[in-house]
Amino acid sequence: MTEPLLSIRDLTVEFPTRRGRLTAVDGVSLDIAEGEVLGVVGESGAGKSMTGMAVIGLLEPPGRIAGGVIRLAGRRIDDLPYDKMRKVRGREIGAIFQDPLTSLNPLYTIGRQLVETIRTHTDMTPTKARERAVALLREVGIPAPEHRVESYPHELSGGMRQRVVIALALSVNPRLVIADEPTTALDVSIQAQILALLRRLCRDHGTAVMLITHDMGVIAETANRVAVMYAGRVAEVGPVREVIMHPRHPYTVGLMGSIPIVGTDLPRLSQIEGSMPRLSAIPPGCAFHPRCPKRFGRCETERPETIPVGRDHVACWLWDGHRDAESEAARRAVLDHGRG
Amino acid sequence: MAESDTGTPDAAAPTAAPARPAATADLPERPPGALRRAIDSDLVYAFRRSPTAVVSATVAAIMILASVLAPWIAPYDPFDPATLNLMDGFTPPMEAGFSGDVYLLGTDDQGRDVLSAIMYGARISLLVGVCAIAFAMILGTTLGLIAGYVGGWVDSLIMRIADIQLSFPAILVALLIFGVARAVLPRDMHEDMAIYVLILAIGLSDWVQFARTVRGTTLVEKNKEYVQAARVIGVHPAIIVFKHVLPNTLGPVTVIATIGLALAIITEATLSFLGVGVPPTQPSLGTLIRIGGNFLFSGEWWITLFPGVALVLLALSVNLLGDWLRDALNPRLR
Amino acid sequence: MAAFIIRRLIQSVLVMLVVSFVSFSMFTYVGDPINNMVGQETTQAEREALRERLGLDDPFPVQFARFVGRAVQGEFGVSYRMARPVEEIIAERLPATIELATVSALFALVVGIAMGVYTALHRDRWLARVFMTLSLVGVSLPTFLIGILLIFVFAVLLQWLPSFGRGDTVAIGGWWTTGFLTASGLKALILPAITLGLFQLTLIMRLVRAEMLEVLRTDYIKFARARGLSDRAIHFGHALKNTLVPVITIAGLQLGAILAFAIITETVFQWPGIGLLFISAIQFVDVPVMAAYLVMISLFFVLINLAVDLLYYAVDPRLRAERGPGGR
Repeated sequence: MTEPLLSIRDLTVEFPTRRGRLTAVDGVSLDIAEGEVLGVVGESGAGKSMTGMAVIGLLEPPGRIAGGVIRLAGRRIDDLPYDKMRKVRGREIGAIFQDPLTSLNPLYTIGRQLVETIRTHTDMTPTKARERAVALLREVGIPAPEHRVESYPHELSGGMRQRVVIALALSVNPRLVIADEPTTALDVSIQAQILALLRRLCRDHGTAVMLITHDMGVIAETANRVAVMYAGRVAEVGPVREVIMHPRHPYTVGLMGSIPIVGTDLPRLSQIEGSMPRLSAIPPGCAFHPRCPKRFGRCETERPETIPVGRDHVACWLWDGHRDAESEAARRAVLDHGRG
Repeated sequence: MAESDTGTPDAAAPTAAPARPAATADLPERPPGALRRAIDSDLVYAFRRSPTAVVSATVAAIMILASVLAPWIAPYDPFDPATLNLMDGFTPPMEAGFSGDVYLLGTDDQGRDVLSAIMYGARISLLVGVCAIAFAMILGTTLGLIAGYVGGWVDSLIMRIADIQLSFPAILVALLIFGVARAVLPRDMHEDMAIYVLILAIGLSDWVQFARTVRGTTLVEKNKEYVQAARVIGVHPAIIVFKHVLPNTLGPVTVIATIGLALAIITEATLSFLGVGVPPTQPSLGTLIRIGGNFLFSGEWWITLFPGVALVLLALSVNLLGDWLRDALNPRLR
Repeated sequence: MAAFIIRRLIQSVLVMLVVSFVSFSMFTYVGDPINNMVGQETTQAEREALRERLGLDDPFPVQFARFVGRAVQGEFGVSYRMARPVEEIIAERLPATIELATVSALFALVVGIAMGVYTALHRDRWLARVFMTLSLVGVSLPTFLIGILLIFVFAVLLQWLPSFGRGDTVAIGGWWTTGFLTASGLKALILPAITLGLFQLTLIMRLVRAEMLEVLRTDYIKFARARGLSDRAIHFGHALKNTLVPVITIAGLQLGAILAFAIITETVFQWPGIGLLFISAIQFVDVPVMAAYLVMISLFFVLINLAVDLLYYAVDPRLRAERGPGGR
């Protein structure tokens, strides 16, 4: 296997508080290949946004990376000095945030904000940068870009603004884009358009995407692979189809059970009992064990390793000793009979 | 009041933290009597945990006590000519005067003990400040309740007046009212009426804050279910206002009144310093500073600086206390 | 926008009418203006003639209209105390106050914004903490005490600077006097300007700091960082401009307050401006001077409020809603 574009190993993010350190991200390891779309899914507070912010080096103090290594194309970036990291941001890693209404500075025209970004990372002349800004706006599907470039953010609709934000994130062709809930704040009708745009642009430019969302539907539509996070840890990683059709972690099984999927014949929607633990009260062993219908003694004391099962990776003791349980029948057997 | 100064923050930290979310979670509902409950539990607790609050409360308490009890505990009576010793004039602090008496903070030109003058002066400053704020509070709360509850053109009228007045600095408004009052009153009544005019002027210049906040709270409360219900079943508006709306304004009003008191004390001092405040026969801190200022150049700095320090301590401690109270009660100010 | 401006203009005119009414009422009903103007030996007939000539027998609306008409032309009658036209006295003293207020306002704005930005960007440095502590004391220090302290330190103890008056002034064009052109004039300006500006400075500094911290937490600043912009561009290009939008309003109104607080500073430093004139007018119940001062300072406040509103429009494109996209 060739070297991944982004490699996260054992990333730990901590928040020192008066009551002690809270671990928001706990030993997360993820890879994103060149041009790949990795979905990161989980409930709010699962640590998915924290992981994204850690990659781009924008954790809000007092949050900090307490351990682990982040590499971009083989180069370590988690310990870069502030000014070096600044040149990585925007240039090599772009970002798109949840709310397009607040992501743009209301006092400057979108053209100015584009030109400013382009000129920060390249030595284009103002005229050239402006031409590029207009081209970018056209590429993200803004009508009459020559005129719109002079608009202020408040003069555009939410969907248009998110297009501008995407143009800003892609303005100097970064190799990776971190998209943190890019469609959550938008109308449902516009969400699909924005996702399609994001997918098309990244395919055209060969940009890899880390797509952070709580919406499994968005992942199913957009991502190649998906990582399911729970309480700051990765529960399961694998190809989207594999995880959706054949979830292996009991949490993923529950997550899939709680959303309707067209074409499957689940008898009824199920839900997971209880709620995710607070960061200050993460249980020992597997963080999911208090809510897990399949738990057994080992889950309460020992934190599960990441076990490769087929093309999937699962952090669950159920699969210890079933690494070869690749077929659907074997999967069912493990999940139905517990340790078996 | 100043207990538990040592080691409190660390020792209390683990227990304090869980108490806080509970307190904020209670706030949005705010049933009548919220202030009462807050005083019983969290407020006192938060107070003991804040060094600023404890220190400023102590300083304010000492100064208020010293001034209120001035006639009984002041070393001299600065207004009794019989006890004044002209020969002791201009005695520097901590030195013995001609008569052999030692004055802690020195004496002024007439041999008046500066410490005693400060205690009596602070008494006047506090009296004017408290009365002015009480006046502003009653006026502002009443107008705010009316504006918020009645609404319509009454509301517009009151709030327009408030807006206009707010665009002028309080000190200017107070000066104007003072000036007009002086012009209206016969000349021989100026001295006797000065304190009342001063209270009126400062009070009238300070009511807007109260009115705005109370109006805001009233508007919120007026639309709550229980008030609507009370109106539907025909409870008299006055009873609704006093039983349901007024208690909810207590928190914010207390905060504004505390910060306003500091402001009123400073305003009074400023007016007296400008020579348009209390008459020299009843000097407040501002008057003392003005009179003492004349001796600054001849080197008798203590006559003006000590009253100045007293004024700053008083205003600062009350101000800090108000700031702390605002954070602790967290009322919806603006 | 036009509708907004017109509404503000109408409101301003209304405020001025109210103020004029107060001044006029003071004029008419406080004591007997005739008694205030003439000497003891004037006969009753002469008094009546004067009353007639001044139109004091006219109906109230007529008198009020005449008062407003004359006020618009800058005529406010004769000072009771100095027996000279009020407008003349004020014109003489206005330059002193304007020069003082301008220097103080600039001092408060420039230093206040700089200190506010510094304390917001470097919250944990010791200098920022010192600034914050000082500002807390500064807010509680009454203006006149600051003046006395400055006089005590710089005029009495160190004897570097004068403690009263304007120093030597130079007349320009026969109607303006300036202290800017002489060494003693400039020296005399320092202490009063600091005294007058200090309170506004602390206010502006705390306001800028609070707003800037607020802005630095916003999504668009986070997004600007994610775009890899330099700190310089983020702090001074993005954050500062957004900070200044709300600061403009308050700072503008504070500049108005400077003119009012000039009364105190001018008293402390015996600065020969209109504030000192107003205080003595109150002490001696010199109604025409009081009325003129009231009308003039109100006009000034109203103009400042208007200017602040217009400036707000110029800075914040969101308020220029009517402006179509494209074209500057």
